[in-house]
Amino acid sequence: MFVMGLFWEYMKNYAKTRLTYRADFWIEVLSDLLFQGLNLIFILVVFQHTESLGGWSQAEVVFVYGYFMIPYGIFNTFFNLWSFSDRYIVKGEMDRVLTRPAHNLVQIVLENMDPPSLIGSGIGALIVGITWSQLGLPFSPIDLLIMTGLVLSSVMIYAGLYIALTAIAFYSDSPTGILPLMYNIQNYGRYPVGIFSKPIRFILTWVLPFAFVGVYPASHFLDRTGSEGAMAMLTPLVGVVFLAIGLTIWNHGVSRYRGAGS
Amino acid sequence: MNPAYVDIIRIRFLMMLAYRVNYYSGIIIYAINIGAYYFLWQAIYGSQQVLGGFTINQMTTYIAVSWMARAFYFNNLDREIADEIRDGSVAIQFIRPYSYLMVKLMQGLGEGLFRLLLFMVPGMVVVCLIFPVTLPTDPLVWGWYALMLFFSFLINTQINMLTGLCAFFIENNTGLIRMKRVLVDLFSGVIIPMSFFPGWLEGVMRWLPFQAITYLPSSVFTGRTPIGEAGGVFGLQVLWCVLLAVPIWAVWRAARTRLFVQGG
Repeated sequence: MFVMGLFWEYMKNYAKTRLTYRADFWIEVLSDLLFQGLNLIFILVVFQHTESLGGWSQAEVVFVYGYFMIPYGIFNTFFNLWSFSDRYIVKGEMDRVLTRPAHNLVQIVLENMDPPSLIGSGIGALIVGITWSQLGLPFSPIDLLIMTGLVLSSVMIYAGLYIALTAIAFYSDSPTGILPLMYNIQNYGRYPVGIFSKPIRFILTWVLPFAFVGVYPASHFLDRTGSEGAMAMLTPLVGVVFLAIGLTIWNHGVSRYRGAGS
Repeated sequence: MNPAYVDIIRIRFLMMLAYRVNYYSGIIIYAINIGAYYFLWQAIYGSQQVLGGFTINQMTTYIAVSWMARAFYFNNLDREIADEIRDGSVAIQFIRPYSYLMVKLMQGLGEGLFRLLLFMVPGMVVVCLIFPVTLPTDPLVWGWYALMLFFSFLINTQINMLTGLCAFFIENNTGLIRMKRVLVDLFSGVIIPMSFFPGWLEGVMRWLPFQAITYLPSSVFTGRTPIGEAGGVFGLQVLWCVLLAVPIWAVWRAARTRLFVQGG
């Protein structure tokens, strides 16, 4: 309840700051969507020249992409921590956060919220809906429930990974460049993993499980008989494990925090 | 030409050199991107031999060289110019005895030189070791490519300048800059070669400058464009370079009378 109250106050503040530059706000939302749309355009263009991508039809690949956009949008709304090291460690703003009663991670998440990212989730859901009917998949309300569960698990995987990587800032204040690296690796998870070589597939499944944010959970609905559909059921487990790892590293990191010292 | 410009190139080069560690991870990031598209294109080709005029081998080379060229020509001059306009420091530049736009171009060149030597070249070596890239054997191709690569840089820098200068007219152009970045990546051919787009879109793109940044030089490099046609393709690049100078000059003339500093 307390956190919800905070959430609402931060939301109001956010809206006020953003409304200073109204026109620019919409251009930013649009450019953000275009940026995500790049891969979608890629998929649509290349399917003009081929029937299948490693055994997946266009509608299926687009479905996977649409699914991926849903957890990705939610993740971007709440885990906009790209400048954490600069803002909280180097400039020492973490001091301010730690003197307040709410949990430090909750405060940091709320301070950096980016609600417009949710538009991406909405569009993802729309894409999933359209391709769902294109593929003529049967629909029952239970699917909606499973979808919600899988999306939340995917968000947990994302959150866990990025919380762990952001927490590196507690251990080393020099820029590591690992976040942009991860950002680029996650692109792989949007496509059927079968097209990649074995080592990459292994990494995407067990080490940096980006396949669980896109292709694995999505294939549950596509009724693919291969291993992908079976992997879908592992998504919640992977989500819990990675979120737990992320939070452990974070909390340990916070206990090491000594302030900027200036 | 003002000899100070040479120093500006040198200073920017040295400044970049101080932060060279940041670019080591850049090479890995580009290799990751090239890898993703390499596997995707392998799957797209499947058993087909030629798509969009490219063989699969040419496509692998195209992806590698296009991304690595991007490592060279990419710069943030749009951001830098917009920031200087926003915080008002551009006013100081007006009274200095050099051309502001020329200084920006030289800074871009200094950065480009750094990116070429410490990013593109080592990156290309790494990528050639990982992926089956076929480099051209004809020295003539290399010559034309080097020339065209330089014009890629010029045209991309011109587009960046134009975007940055829009900050004179739009108070906050962060969104515009990002939009431009997406357009350049999409239409220049880094992600998809122009010949893959549906006919009508390809027709539109032929009349846009973006193709001159990646598609034209990379097509020559991979051999999709025969070496005999390289001259004509290069001419197109030069034409765009000249054409783009006109709006930059016009915007600069118009902008000088309406500087609006925010929080200065």
